[in-house]
Amino acid sequence: MALKDITLGQYFPGNSVVHRLDPRTKLLLTVVYIVALFLCSHVVSYAVMLLTLIACILASQVGFRPILRGMKPIFFIACITGLLNLFYTKGEGAPLVSFWVLEIYPEGIWAAVFMVLRIGMLICGTFLLTYTTSPILLTDGLESLLSPLKKLHAPIHELAMMMSIALRFIPTLIEETDKIMSAQKARGADFDTGNLLQRARALVPLLVPLFISAFRRADELAVAMECRCYHGGEGRTRLRQLKYARRDVIALAGGAAIAVLVGVLGHFGL
Amino acid sequence: MEAILQTEKLCHIYSAGTPFEHGALIDVDFTAYRGEYLGIIGHTGSGKSTLIQHLNGLLKPTSGRVLFAGQDIWESKERTRQTRFQVGLVFQYPEYQLFEETVYKDIAFGPKNMGCDEGEVDRRVREAAAFVGLTDQQLELSPFELSGGQKRRVAIAGVIAMEPSVLILDEPTAGLDPVGVEAILGNIHDYHLAKNATIILVSHSMEEVARTVDRLVVVNDGRIPFAGTPREVFAHGDELSAMGLGVPTVTRVFHRLRALGADVDPSVYTIEQARAALLAALGRGPREAAGNGMEQASSDEGVM
Repeated sequence: MALKDITLGQYFPGNSVVHRLDPRTKLLLTVVYIVALFLCSHVVSYAVMLLTLIACILASQVGFRPILRGMKPIFFIACITGLLNLFYTKGEGAPLVSFWVLEIYPEGIWAAVFMVLRIGMLICGTFLLTYTTSPILLTDGLESLLSPLKKLHAPIHELAMMMSIALRFIPTLIEETDKIMSAQKARGADFDTGNLLQRARALVPLLVPLFISAFRRADELAVAMECRCYHGGEGRTRLRQLKYARRDVIALAGGAAIAVLVGVLGHFGL
Repeated sequence: MEAILQTEKLCHIYSAGTPFEHGALIDVDFTAYRGEYLGIIGHTGSGKSTLIQHLNGLLKPTSGRVLFAGQDIWESKERTRQTRFQVGLVFQYPEYQLFEETVYKDIAFGPKNMGCDEGEVDRRVREAAAFVGLTDQQLELSPFELSGGQKRRVAIAGVIAMEPSVLILDEPTAGLDPVGVEAILGNIHDYHLAKNATIILVSHSMEEVARTVDRLVVVNDGRIPFAGTPREVFAHGDELSAMGLGVPTVTRVFHRLRALGADVDPSVYTIEQARAALLAALGRGPREAAGNGMEQASSDEGVM
């Protein structure tokens, strides 16, 4: 079943350097990485970023295949963005190719390549984060990073809890969807044929049970949490305390250096 | 006997090409005969659920074939769809698949998908409801107003209404109280007798299976190590224990008695058989004991 192949937000257990980095470091580095990507302007800076990404993927030992498989859903977006950039970027010189209303300039080709590369690298980098960080650590890190906002009475703990519950239940709900689909197919439901309206109607036997079970789960979870005296974030202590290690300092310093380098290169249009 | 469902060298591999790749079924040759009451037992994760989802074409074999009445069910799209109506599959906890406003409409979902006309749908719904003991008033209720056991019966009726010639049930009694268990098993038996349908009951409870089925298939690690009458299968008591399956309590008692040196038949699996075997071992034939009347029987039970 194709549903099971969705890798979005999936965690690949491992024990590489990247896995062992503090989640806060990885979150910060991801932000830095994204900023750096937008500072890129030409071949040299993109090459630096691409090499950094490849080095990180190699260090994570996740392998290129799962990361590339995760790119499938954004394939069309990347294609359309590429095509639009290709045709709508106006250059200074004469167009390379010109037919009907479409003109392709050398600048257009560069813009298309860079834009596709930027989207692809953006997705790859963020996937690397979720592939190497378990959802629990991820939300712990996020909560810790955002905790200064608690002073402003922002419900950071509640948001982090909601996020970790949501992440936790994605695979469960996918499995559940798969099961209900099978059960309705066994009764002759047809999800794959018919026009748009028929297909939308065919989803009713899937969505009604799915919603009911999601609410049931939410209810059970709330009861279970209350039974264990959960009452929000105040005064809660953690089993696993997040601690920065030396590798985190090195990684952050390295990340900052690369970002500065890319920023400088980008400034000079390289 | 005539085979109705067969698999030939059936293999299924999950998540092929990823780190999570594993073979759920390996070269499985499985046969179900027309009109039999078959049990499939296996530990959680043994591959039994994967196997039954192949039998009505919900899963496509990685290699090998599935035959219904001698024809490959993957021959054409139409054949696969027809097979789904012919081989009814009731999933575990089927009550979670109910979705219609009324019980009636939910049971009618299958027959409607088959393309039956209004009158035929009505007949099938009422007949299926009768099989599982739902009243006419209950048909007009929302399925979400019913109790857990009743919901399950509605879900089973939803499959029975398609009048499949093979009815497969995955753990139909899981999570029910003893009365509910008996009721559901009784409903299934009624359907079996009334339509001469082949029933395939999947379970991990030896006791339950032993009481109801004619033939047993054991699934372990994606293979079928034993198949045969319950008596034949339970004779492999030690191997079954090694697979984490265990045998009915009576059988276990008799295996122990044998280990202690008593000359008893180790293949019994019901209380009645145990009585006969004990009497035989005590040197009195069961026929003779039966002839001796009630007090003989009651004193024997006292010994047990």
